[in-house]
Amino acid sequence: MFALLQTSLSPTDALADFEQRINGAGGVVSFVGYVRPEAHGSDVIGLSLQAYSPLTENGIAAAITEAETRWPLKAVSVLHRIGDMAAGDPIVFVATASEHRRAAFEAADFLMDYLKTDAVFWKKELTQAGAVWIEPRAQDYDDRSRWDADQPNSRKAPAHVRNQ
Amino acid sequence: MAELLYFGRLTDVTGTDTERVALPNKVTDTLALRRWLDAARGWDGVLTDPTVRIAINDEIVPDPSPIAESDRIAFLPPVGGG
Repeated sequence: MFALLQTSLSPTDALADFEQRINGAGGVVSFVGYVRPEAHGSDVIGLSLQAYSPLTENGIAAAITEAETRWPLKAVSVLHRIGDMAAGDPIVFVATASEHRRAAFEAADFLMDYLKTDAVFWKKELTQAGAVWIEPRAQDYDDRSRWDADQPNSRKAPAHVRNQ
Repeated sequence: MAELLYFGRLTDVTGTDTERVALPNKVTDTLALRRWLDAARGWDGVLTDPTVRIAINDEIVPDPSPIAESDRIAFLPPVGGG
C-alpha cells in the first residue's frame, strides 16, 4: 500500500500498522527519511514538496508492483509526505516484509532509489540563504541505475552470479 | 484553449503554475509548443531544456507529440522525492 500524506507522518505508527499485516513474514525492513537540518552550509528552515496527481500515485504504484515482481514480498508500505515540512520532520517511510531478509533489504533499497530519482515530486528547500529547488544528485542516478538490467553491477544478475 | 501546468522550478520563471492559452495554428505538437512559448515569453530556453518533460492529459509523452486545444499539457522539470 502507499499514501501521500499532506499533514504529518509518524514512522512509529506506520511501522506498528505495517507489522499488523506482514502475513507471517520472517523479516521486515523499514527506512525513514528525514528533512536534513543543514544543506550547502546553511541551516534548513523547511522543505516544501509538490506532487502531480495522478502521475505521482501511478508511478509509485508501478514501482511497488515492480518490486513485488522482482522479490517475493509479503507486504510493502510506502508513505510519502507532500506539502510543507520543517527540518527534522519525517518525509518518507518505506517498509518491506519477506520470508527471508535479503528480499526485504533489496526491495526497500530499490523503492528508495525509485523515490529519489523517478517519483514525481518536486522539492523546494528553504534555508537561511534563501529558497532552492532540489533535484537528484549524480549519486542518486547512479544508485538508481544499479537496478537496470543492462548495468554490469545490476542486482538483476542471475542468481548464480549474485550468490558468488 | 489548452490548459498549461508548470511544476517545480519552472514556476519561478513562469510566475504561475497554471494558465489557459489559445494555440496558434502553427503550434500543433509539443516541440512547437515549447519553442513558441519560450520565445514569445522570453523564458530563455527554460521550456526547451531537454530535461523538462511534457505530459499530455496526465501521460508523459515524447517530443514531438500532437497537441490540441482541449489538452491539459504539463511541463515537468527533473523529479525526485525521498
